[in-house]
Amino acid sequence: MASDPERGTSARANLQPLSLYVPEPKFRPGDAVDFSEVHVPPAGETRRPDIADKASTFTDLAYQLVRVLDEDGQAVGPWNPRLAPDTLRNILRSMALVRAFDERMFRAQRQGKTSFYMKCTGEEAVAVPAAYALDYDDMCFPSYRQQGLLIARGWSMVDMMNQIYSNTADRLQGKQLPIMYSVKEAGFFSISGNLTTQYPQAVGWAMASAAKGDTRIAATWCGEGSTAEGDFHSACTFASVYRAPVILNVVNNQWAISSFSGFAGAESTTFAARAVGYGIAGLRVDGNDALAVYAATAWAAERARTNQGPTLIEHFTYRAEGHSTSDDPGQYRSEGEPNAWPLGDPIKRLKDHLIAIGEWDEERHAAQDKELADEVKRAQKEAEQNGILGHGLHQPLDTLFDGVFEDMPWHLREQQAQMVAEETASGRPWARK
Amino acid sequence: MNMIQAINSAMDVMMARDPDVIVMGEDVGYFGGVFRATAGLQQKYGKQRVFDTPISELGIIGVAVGMGAYGLRPVPEIQFADYIYPALDQLVSEAARLRYRSAGEFTAPMTVRSPFGGGIFGGQTHSQSPEGIFTHVSGVKTVIPSTPYDAKGLLIAAIEDNDPTIFFEPKRIYNGPFDGYWDRPAQNWSKHPAGEVPTGYYKVELGKAKVVRPGEALTILAYGTMVHVATATVAEAGIDAEIIDLRTLVPLDIDTIEASVKKTGRCMIVHEATRTSGFGAELSAIVQERCFYHLEAPIERVTGFDTPYPHSLEWAYFPGPVRIGEALKKLMKD
Repeated sequence: MASDPERGTSARANLQPLSLYVPEPKFRPGDAVDFSEVHVPPAGETRRPDIADKASTFTDLAYQLVRVLDEDGQAVGPWNPRLAPDTLRNILRSMALVRAFDERMFRAQRQGKTSFYMKCTGEEAVAVPAAYALDYDDMCFPSYRQQGLLIARGWSMVDMMNQIYSNTADRLQGKQLPIMYSVKEAGFFSISGNLTTQYPQAVGWAMASAAKGDTRIAATWCGEGSTAEGDFHSACTFASVYRAPVILNVVNNQWAISSFSGFAGAESTTFAARAVGYGIAGLRVDGNDALAVYAATAWAAERARTNQGPTLIEHFTYRAEGHSTSDDPGQYRSEGEPNAWPLGDPIKRLKDHLIAIGEWDEERHAAQDKELADEVKRAQKEAEQNGILGHGLHQPLDTLFDGVFEDMPWHLREQQAQMVAEETASGRPWARK
Repeated sequence: MNMIQAINSAMDVMMARDPDVIVMGEDVGYFGGVFRATAGLQQKYGKQRVFDTPISELGIIGVAVGMGAYGLRPVPEIQFADYIYPALDQLVSEAARLRYRSAGEFTAPMTVRSPFGGGIFGGQTHSQSPEGIFTHVSGVKTVIPSTPYDAKGLLIAAIEDNDPTIFFEPKRIYNGPFDGYWDRPAQNWSKHPAGEVPTGYYKVELGKAKVVRPGEALTILAYGTMVHVATATVAEAGIDAEIIDLRTLVPLDIDTIEASVKKTGRCMIVHEATRTSGFGAELSAIVQERCFYHLEAPIERVTGFDTPYPHSLEWAYFPGPVRIGEALKKLMKD
């Protein structure tokens, strides 16, 4: 301990030494899981403000949990979006298709057909119902776990797989990591590996839309861990200041690779409460409840479309699988967590609801699962005809230099020529097409 | 016109021509910018197209990327180049790569304007020259004018360009060129031929250097403020140097550089930025690779020192006529 020669050490001797608090998740590998401390309010309890209400009048919603589906599979309360059975079945189908797609592509990675994959298992209700609640021409600025947006928008799975395989038909010419899709046509912005950079970009897109008198809005997603990035806070400031027509989604799936949500501040407050300080409308939603996510997104979209400004939605959910194919969650969390998660499985909850209202049954569900698995398998076969990663180069070698600038400057042309000359001299014919 | 007026005029011309051009940044709206570069634009084009922003460089550039992706042509201002660092990730990882990573599906056609360089007693946080950071990044263009005429023409070209461009404005010569001596006043641009600036539309093509002073004895590569300091020093020394104003660092006009050095056989590079890994190192390597057998002396670099920009000692830091003069002697010795 430092001493003060002027005053002697006695002046401080009776002060307690400080200690640094480092958060620690409740359960580690081998621990039994008990989620009884996670507060899950009854479905239907949380109020639904009018879209024209001032954000300051419903800050309580940032600390509650919007839930629609109850324990008996019934849709209850003011947030019930009262969707038609056909829509419910479509959402269920899209969510199940996302899971089937993830399963197949995860296995493809394990088979060495691509370098990397990320599943969204357990989080299918975050992206899919949002896609149904938004208009097709609204622009989505996703993070890497919202493949459900593309699937729900009916985008070609073959096209997605071509990107995952970096093959000849890859629209991104093999220049991006697998799953970092970019589909302008389907309102899906190019995914960045740098976290939350898409947040201010979504706000900028929304501001541009507003400045041009357009009617389209933007929506963006980030994980709870990356709310710690400065981009998140700059985006919230801009969204608040200009009342940007944007929906800011925080997917609180409890884990940022091996860091639990406490390292982003979850022990002190909710992520929806970030909205309060910015004067933004904030909602905390049961992210495993497809109807709650749909209702919250539709509500936020209507606010945005009527110039009421941005909404921040925290999706309280759980990442049931590893972060990516490069991650082993068994090394840092209890294996009991995914099954003990108190909000259940999002697909099962929606399925149970449809069954409870007499619009679905287990047989149809099983048949659909099989049909979807076949559909994904067919898509995979088709995509693999265009090649898989590791089977030589699928793009002409000189395309490596395309798109750095609109027109290629001399220094890139020179490097391109050098590369082609080296390749030609090397006598490796597989490398060029 | 002085350089500030020329820059203002460029934005005015482009906003009148293209409704998708928008101007944003700290203090750029009602007030017209701390250097007055955006004066009058909000009054003329309205708050939907010219607006103040929060003090968040990251936010300004991140938002501009989104606006560019929407289809606008944002011209964000970073009040001083020293403040560009919080926005660095959005510039180098996002704006610079968006076209590449999306195979052309999305682009970020923005022009980031920022006053840079020292000589105004701005201390560490209002004097830096970070151009080398951006020339190192694939996917952004870096432009630095040295005259009002070029500033307007280059800025118009940058705004029309579909790639993200960093447009550094040498603030020491906003009001007029100077000879590099701290105790002598800057001339007024109105007495300088490059201060004659047409009020309408014209372009100075990106990637084309300008031979400011033809000569036979050696080649001086410079940009921004240093063009004027080098020109004054050469006149004082009575040496027949060829002075090239690079105007655009990326893309670089290699043909003009190569032809000049092969002709003169000697090369000096002058910039105000710190020396180590500065753009001068790149220029030196390029000249060596292309002109080695024509060189009669080692390439000389005259730069700022590898220290932060000092406040009261800024004229000791500044690569002025004394430092350039010594390098001239060294280069011409053999």
